[in-house]
Amino acid sequence: MTKITMTVNGKSYSGEVEGRTLLVNFLRETLSLTGTHVGCDTSQCGACTVHVNGQNVKSCTMFAIEADGADVTTVEGIAAPDGTLSTVQQAFQDYHGLQCGFCTPGMIMTATKLLENNPKPTEHEVREYLEGNICRCTGYHNIVKAIMAASGQEVTPVAAAE
Amino acid sequence: MPKDSGIGASSKRREDVRFLTGVGNYTDDINMHGQTYAYFLRSEVAHGKINNLDIADASAMPGVLKIFTADDLTAAGGVPCGWQVTDRFGNPMQEPKHPILAEGKVRHVGDPIACVVAETLEQARDAAEAIELDIEELEAVIDMKAALNDGATKVHDDLDNNLCYDWGFVEENRDAVDEAIKNAHHVTTLELTNNRLVPNPMEPRVAIGDYSRGKDEYTLYTTSQNPHVIRLLMGAFVLSIPEHKLRVVAPDVGGGFGSKIYHYAEEAMVTFASKVVNRPVKWTCSRSEAFVSDAHGRDHVTKIELAMDENHMFTAVRTETYANMGAYLSTFAPSIPTWLHGTLMAGNYKTPLVYVNVKAVFTNTVPVDAYRGAGRPEATYQLERVVDKAARELGVDPAELRRKNFIKPEEFPYQTPVAVVYDTGNYHATLDKGLEMVDYANFDKRVAESKARGKLRGLGIAHFIEACGIAPSNLVGQLGARAGLYESATVRVNATGGLVVMTGSHSHGQGHETSFAQVVADMIGIDENMVEIVHGDTNNAPMGMGTYGSRSIAVGGSAMVRATEKIIAKAKKVASHLLEASEGDIELKDGAFSVAGTDKSITWGEVCLAAYVPHNYPLEDLEPGLEETAFYDPSNFTYPSGAYICEVEVDEETGKVDILGFTAADDFGNVINPMIVEGQVHGGVAQGIGQAMLENTVYDENGQLLTGSYMDYAMPRAADVPNFSVDHSCVTPCTHNPLGVKGCGEAGAIGSPPAVVNAVIDALHRGGHTHVEHIDMPVSPARVWAAINNK
Ligand code: FES
Ligand code: FES
Repeated sequence: MTKITMTVNGKSYSGEVEGRTLLVNFLRETLSLTGTHVGCDTSQCGACTVHVNGQNVKSCTMFAIEADGADVTTVEGIAAPDGTLSTVQQAFQDYHGLQCGFCTPGMIMTATKLLENNPKPTEHEVREYLEGNICRCTGYHNIVKAIMAASGQEVTPVAAAE
Repeated sequence: MPKDSGIGASSKRREDVRFLTGVGNYTDDINMHGQTYAYFLRSEVAHGKINNLDIADASAMPGVLKIFTADDLTAAGGVPCGWQVTDRFGNPMQEPKHPILAEGKVRHVGDPIACVVAETLEQARDAAEAIELDIEELEAVIDMKAALNDGATKVHDDLDNNLCYDWGFVEENRDAVDEAIKNAHHVTTLELTNNRLVPNPMEPRVAIGDYSRGKDEYTLYTTSQNPHVIRLLMGAFVLSIPEHKLRVVAPDVGGGFGSKIYHYAEEAMVTFASKVVNRPVKWTCSRSEAFVSDAHGRDHVTKIELAMDENHMFTAVRTETYANMGAYLSTFAPSIPTWLHGTLMAGNYKTPLVYVNVKAVFTNTVPVDAYRGAGRPEATYQLERVVDKAARELGVDPAELRRKNFIKPEEFPYQTPVAVVYDTGNYHATLDKGLEMVDYANFDKRVAESKARGKLRGLGIAHFIEACGIAPSNLVGQLGARAGLYESATVRVNATGGLVVMTGSHSHGQGHETSFAQVVADMIGIDENMVEIVHGDTNNAPMGMGTYGSRSIAVGGSAMVRATEKIIAKAKKVASHLLEASEGDIELKDGAFSVAGTDKSITWGEVCLAAYVPHNYPLEDLEPGLEETAFYDPSNFTYPSGAYICEVEVDEETGKVDILGFTAADDFGNVINPMIVEGQVHGGVAQGIGQAMLENTVYDENGQLLTGSYMDYAMPRAADVPNFSVDHSCVTPCTHNPLGVKGCGEAGAIGSPPAVVNAVIDALHRGGHTHVEHIDMPVSPARVWAAINNK
């Protein structure tokens, strides 16, 4: 067991981990931050995406000890402290960019990072950037729309009955 | 004017906030005090005899509490099948035992052999590796047709052969159909495969068993679409636990698509184990494990013949299908290729004679059961492919051939030759709408544009029908269902006027917490936020059959409407007392009761308060309180339909297909929340495009699953699908449920695969590759290229 310390969502945490403990397990099991999900075991689905030192990382591909000393942000750290949703989160609700919600934490982390790096992406760029995040529910249509809306670009409004 | 609340409004989903901020409560997020971990040792061979299974050394490993094998489960039943199909000779299907843990034999890769329960998951896994296991590999039965050969190796030694059933429908029409085909002016024949799929909800399955010795009660937390069904099946058939001693909770569930309907062995195992070790037992499925233990979908091999007269009117349809059951019968498996498939083979057409033959086959593969659409995608795919091929052979416009054979709007209700009666529909309207949306009239111009860029453009039409809102209990009882398929709801009004609705429907992405609240609030005329929807816990909701077959709003919603009607009726009695008016004069509008023709009124909240603080109350006539339960059993299925149109460009050099546009014009009857409905269609279409273009489940001849992870099973990603153009403005309300709703959950996955394949074939024909009559899904570049080049 190795002792590690990291900052998660602005708070400092320490814990004992085995060498084989993955960052995602440390977050979910040790810190009880269960917003970060596990959807696969081949680093393909992106449900586990977090930010480590400002980079998008699939937390199932990183050992917890590799994140010793790192600054980590998970989906729990995205909304304002008073609970106000971030622009990206709000857009996902406004444009119905989630259904079952299981891929959503990863999508929010990835979309947030995309807009930091590329504040006005084209739709094509959004779709390419989401390469590592699988959603089985939405068909991506409304996820893409939500991200475009969050970037301040014009999108068609949600469906409305007459 | 778009509505901003109630029925028809695109209310924002209230469930979103918890999912967006990472505080949802999925089963794997639950950790119990004193929890232990289960790990399953699974078969690595498709078919084998267990010669030795020695757990002694493994049991002594650190942290191990107990290793279970079939020997520990002799008192338990097998995993039950919920549907018995009768074959065309009147005999019951062959039904093998499906043990929780393998009994002497393994029958598919992934078949569980032993279950290790330990203090940590790592310890459980380490111990599983230390189990001594000697399996003598037997010949694997993989190919369905070979499985039916005389003398073929049997998947189950105690059955006669590998044929589960040989089903004919409508059996009495068999000769008439043969005759019609013999005498037809033209017969179009097509042989095709409906590729085997792995449902792949993004949340893998999880089960936590928790036994309380103090109360002699069991709780199972599980990733289920229908907790009550699990309670019924596991309690009554597997573990003999009476329902009042068993609580099943399905909290937030991360998608299901059918694969979380069924009762799985792992659920029974952790529940059983929790009593033995007297600690909670948690099992979390890995994705690799899900590929070999979640029920798969589709996997039909079909020959279809469509007969026409000289006016191109369809005179008969005859099909012969081989349907893979896998190694055991999953909960609904026998019903999928039969009653959920054969009854849809009339499609939208007036074909007078239909005969469907289905041979269901056991193989050494993972069990196959319902996957989004379940039988109806298989029916629609073959029918809409063969109609398209017929149009090409006859040299007529495929839209026109469909239109000509459609049931006409004035012909509803329409009795099909395959038992079901369509209540309403207007297929001409949805087809016209779809064609208008894609600017069909100018398609040739776009073909020319593509050609100028060296690409082949094609357009594919499919028009689907489905039977959903499953299902009338008396009817399905006759057809072999071992359960009723009603739904229930309890509406509890609180003293201060807020409502809690407890429903047996389950939401795992469909947004019921929002849309169900819209309905109840609308009926009373109060704010949606005064209504809370509770589901997913057998201790809260009354009996329920859960969510599948696009049934939630049509059946669960109807139960909720009935319960709310009872509430309103009683509240009116209270209001009439308080207003000193006759009950018949009381009107409820916008959350207030008034006396017709007067200005006397009283608010909803005042009436609710009076019901719970009955100081001034007709106690001699009326009980206090305001809580009602209703069960709703539908009198018919519902029949959504719609036009699905796909436009593609094919690169002749590489065989690569690009989807340029995808359009869906659906008739879902009345729509509660258009935003949610469109989202359901998007998701369904993406799954259908996934099936048509990317996804395939491949076993080698030894029964090894070659596509067992996201490295080899191609899930659709954001760049693989286009934006969708969807419409639901063609509305023919369902005539037999109170909301006039039809259901929308599966439509996208049903209508889209034939539209995609039809588009690809159309592109190839327009490009001069007229020898290509069919390409099996997924229409990968390699297959398209081969089809072009293998003349
Ligand atoms: S769980 Fe990390 S990529 Fe799937
Ligand atoms: S919302 Fe369910 S997987 Fe994306």
